[in-house]
Amino acid sequence: MGHYEAPIREAIITGDKSYHDITVDVAAPIEGKANKKWWIAFIISLVAFLWGVGAIAYTIGTGIGVWGLNNRINWAWDITNFVWWVGIGHAGTLISAVLLLFRQKWRMGINRSAEAMTIFAVVQAGLFPLIHMGRIWDGFYVLPIPNQLGSLWVNFNSPLLWDVFAISTYLSVSLVFWWTGLLPDFAMIRDRATKPFQKKIYSLVSFGWSGKAKDWQRFEEVSLVLAGLATPLVLSVHTIVSFDFATSVIPGWHSTVYPPYFVAGAVFSGFAMVQTLLLIMRKVSNLEYYITRVHIENMNKVILVTGGIVTVAYLSELFVGWYTGSSYEDFVYLSVGAATGPYWWAFWSLIICNSVIPQLFWIKKIRQNYIWTFIISIFINIGMWFERFDIIVINLSRGHLPSSWTMFSPTFVDIGIFIGTLGFFFVLFLLYARTFPVIAQAEVKSILKSTGDNYKRAREGGDPVEKTIAEVVEQKVEAQTVAPAEEIIADTDDKAAQTSNLLDSLGAFDPNTQQADDLKKVKGIGPVMEKTLNQIGIYTFAQVSKMTKKEYDLLDSITGSFPGRAERDDWAGQANKLKS
Amino acid sequence: MSSKVIHALYDDDDVLLKAVKEVKAAHHHIEEIYTPFPVHGLDKAMGLEPTRLGITAFMYGLTGLGFAVWFLNFIMIQDWPQNIGGKPSFSFAENMPAFVPVMFEMTVFFAAHLMVITFYMRSKIWPFREAENPDPRTTDDHFLMEVAVDGDADQLASLLKGTGAVEINVKEKH
Repeated sequence: MGHYEAPIREAIITGDKSYHDITVDVAAPIEGKANKKWWIAFIISLVAFLWGVGAIAYTIGTGIGVWGLNNRINWAWDITNFVWWVGIGHAGTLISAVLLLFRQKWRMGINRSAEAMTIFAVVQAGLFPLIHMGRIWDGFYVLPIPNQLGSLWVNFNSPLLWDVFAISTYLSVSLVFWWTGLLPDFAMIRDRATKPFQKKIYSLVSFGWSGKAKDWQRFEEVSLVLAGLATPLVLSVHTIVSFDFATSVIPGWHSTVYPPYFVAGAVFSGFAMVQTLLLIMRKVSNLEYYITRVHIENMNKVILVTGGIVTVAYLSELFVGWYTGSSYEDFVYLSVGAATGPYWWAFWSLIICNSVIPQLFWIKKIRQNYIWTFIISIFINIGMWFERFDIIVINLSRGHLPSSWTMFSPTFVDIGIFIGTLGFFFVLFLLYARTFPVIAQAEVKSILKSTGDNYKRAREGGDPVEKTIAEVVEQKVEAQTVAPAEEIIADTDDKAAQTSNLLDSLGAFDPNTQQADDLKKVKGIGPVMEKTLNQIGIYTFAQVSKMTKKEYDLLDSITGSFPGRAERDDWAGQANKLKS
Repeated sequence: MSSKVIHALYDDDDVLLKAVKEVKAAHHHIEEIYTPFPVHGLDKAMGLEPTRLGITAFMYGLTGLGFAVWFLNFIMIQDWPQNIGGKPSFSFAENMPAFVPVMFEMTVFFAAHLMVITFYMRSKIWPFREAENPDPRTTDDHFLMEVAVDGDADQLASLLKGTGAVEINVKEKH
């Protein structure tokens, strides 16, 4: 039926899902209540965030002197954290843009959360240069605007200014890309919402999305063009971040390999963070059917490739440093001097976490294993933090003047701000997980027929489920009864009699002792039908499960909507399952 | 003038596509189709023109690039040329390599944002706008085809039923 996909490709939507199941599963975390674990995680993150706010306030109030910086090491944790967070922010755009251009269907289960992670990570990254300015109230000096100093402009030859443009373009374009993709999914939540406040909020954020054919056509074009624009953009961002170092004359920084190596490292760390977050999320939000072994394995393959690129870059730096024969190159972050010097622990943390441990992913069993993947992803997150720490602190700790050689020790403020950004990041992500559709459900529905396990099984086995469209149409036509819906006009008296008749056989609902179920969980019952059922007096799965042919017919004649629907969808059978 | 429309609901995208072709073949006017996800080939089947948003993005990108060139030249070369680290500051052409990153970022910035704004304006979607899908199930698992009634409504209804619709409602179009 035009949805053919090679059988050798594993299904990426499992659990025999239908379109409606996807809707219900994606809406569930938003419509349900937060559990205890969520609250515990949220409160811990919030406390960390507030500690960070305090540390930032102290920094701004007192000055940068509260950090551990000294004469020689004038950049340390601040820029380490900045580069680390920006790097993490790379996976989201890579997944949603680059994989879209490559037509990788597995991106659809994870792109929404990866993009959310990108935006939240870039927000954390942006904080560091801002507070590093010291006088944050003069922050507008980075903008090219006429000012009271005559027309003294910013310096467009400086990579630090390029960064201002790159990061702000990246953040704003990612946000717009993300939000545009969210519109149809917000609309889905809006149309299911029963509480008026919820409905208002989701109507507002869905921008009145209606799913018209022309809008979808434009939507797809916009997604494609944005992907085309975001791909070079994401590469440019970390390239420019690497220019901050590469255009300087500090030994160890002045290196032409930096741009490609930084981009690979960013993708490497970004995917590791996606793994860390999604492996938890798929459990907590019950998304195991959408974020499957295939997704995890594919991401691990990307980690293996980018980790390999990073390792080759390390080796080439090590070789070039040694080959120059310059004594100033023997203390840069990748040198024998660094490996055996006072920062040996930072050097070896980098090598072990980034180059050695990820090699375990060559073993298929490990890269398909959720627990192993989670553990290794944590190591990579740590390793990539050390990479930036090594580049900045080890390189600065020694220089051409041996008398100024020194070490760096962070103060509680340095640590507080870093912990604070971690807290802020998780606060945002946890709130996102409870209020946003965390799976791009519209996109996932569009690939269900080609890659859902039920559809794949049917195609392979030549199962009768797989029919030609003509057969499907025929079946649907047969299911309709002769009487057209609009002709059923029952007078009120008749309806009342039928209603009581119906309730007699299903049992009445007592609001004092029983609790109403969410009947929308039954396939075929939408919000309108639920309301109609409630008006009749049907509130629970137990009532629906008692329905037989006789009750279906009665219901049809009361509601006057399209006959035979309830029977065909087997509401009773579905309700029976939901009841337990 | 009020006229009637028929809302035919489908629960399968392939059935919908086939139905669109049949309704078109019977020379009925499809007013609109609401779907929960992009159905590939639907725009072609309905006879919609291809969108020109991609072209606008290209033009917005050129605008952004042009703006960046003007703005960098004015700031760095015309208004206050400075000798920064001995880099050339008296000719745009010589200083241009240092401007490439910002020129690129501005191109992307203009192309992406203006294209998305154009999309929102053309499709009339923005905050506080009311949704227009006639049935809430069209964002879940149903596909709704709105067909204008021209002549006999019953005949059209039976045609639509023959295409596999799961529900048919006749509505007044305001």
